[in-house]
Amino acid sequence: MNVGPHYTLYHPRWYRRRVSVWWWLQKRSYTGFVLRELTSVFVAFFAVVYLWQLRALAQGPDAYAQFLARLKTPLFLTLDTVAFLFVLFHAITWFNLTPKAMVVRARGKRVPDRVIIGSNYAAWLVVSVAVAVVLLRG
Amino acid sequence: MASTIALTVARYRPEREAAPIFQTYDIPFRKDWVVLDGLNHIKDTQDGSLSFRWSCRMGVCGSCGMKVNGTPKLTCATFLSDYLPGPVRVEPLDYFPVVRDLVVDLSDFMRKLRQVKPWIIREEESPADGEYLQTPEQLDTYKQFSMCINCMLCYSACPIYGLEPSFIGPAVIALAQRYNMDSRDQGAAERHKILSEHDGIWQCTFVGECTKVCPKHVDPAGAIQQYKLTSATRWVKSLLLPWSAR
Repeated sequence: MNVGPHYTLYHPRWYRRRVSVWWWLQKRSYTGFVLRELTSVFVAFFAVVYLWQLRALAQGPDAYAQFLARLKTPLFLTLDTVAFLFVLFHAITWFNLTPKAMVVRARGKRVPDRVIIGSNYAAWLVVSVAVAVVLLRG
Repeated sequence: MASTIALTVARYRPEREAAPIFQTYDIPFRKDWVVLDGLNHIKDTQDGSLSFRWSCRMGVCGSCGMKVNGTPKLTCATFLSDYLPGPVRVEPLDYFPVVRDLVVDLSDFMRKLRQVKPWIIREEESPADGEYLQTPEQLDTYKQFSMCINCMLCYSACPIYGLEPSFIGPAVIALAQRYNMDSRDQGAAERHKILSEHDGIWQCTFVGECTKVCPKHVDPAGAIQQYKLTSATRWVKSLLLPWSAR
């Protein structure tokens, strides 16, 4: 049989489906994943706000008062609320995933996932309380 | 109770269609039938040209992986009664080239699997007393990863593999970890070269679907994240102690 150079005899004629740009809307878990990835933008947003706050603090009381006034505008209140919700989502989803990466063995047995997640939340609580105490005293 | 149920099956006959079409078959509904029983009923009594892979029909061989109503499943372990009143949509696994109907080509996986050397590597062969000993605790550290049956449901559930076909993928990494964590193995450094590349573990952004669809509870997502930790620790060590042997 005369076979051309670009034709492979008996090679299957595959069908390949291209992945849709909207793949992340096709399943709830995929959407949740993309939202979790997106939370990094809001974590960065908070970091930038803190840097801005430090700069205002360094510039003196007037600049700091101006900074505080700016934070109280509806635009920043809305942005902060949205960012806070995303950061909360970030923290909760990542805390819940920690046992996947951290395998702790004690007395030859794997420490249950609940314990690892729980200790993360406990550490979070302790740090939050410590920060609150420092802030409220001052 | 329903006496029949409809199976809407993806058909791709390269000599006839340029892209898959769907064909619906009405099959008798039986409480104890799985999707694979339905497909076999179609092949035996309605349409002998329907192509699909299967072998053990008891969740051991990993041949009958397909998408059932959009979710990757072993069709031998997916009961029709969970999909009442139907119709049940059966498609080939995503992201692999379709050869015919529900049959996909797995060559890409086979090539990647070979790269991570999924066998016990020893610096020196043959132990003095004839066998390598292992305690139940040592077995327990990797046993979960050894349950993989190469059914490819995890690849089909992984959007990263779909978007970046060069990603070595969940099952390959889990199987590499199966040997890395084996107390008898000394090949972790050899596998590290492949695993720590961008197309290895770092391509994974932890969607986590591979673990959810795994019929054998292998937890490939866990294997990948654990290896990310191992790899990062190795990197920090090599930075702090550049003179230390790997």
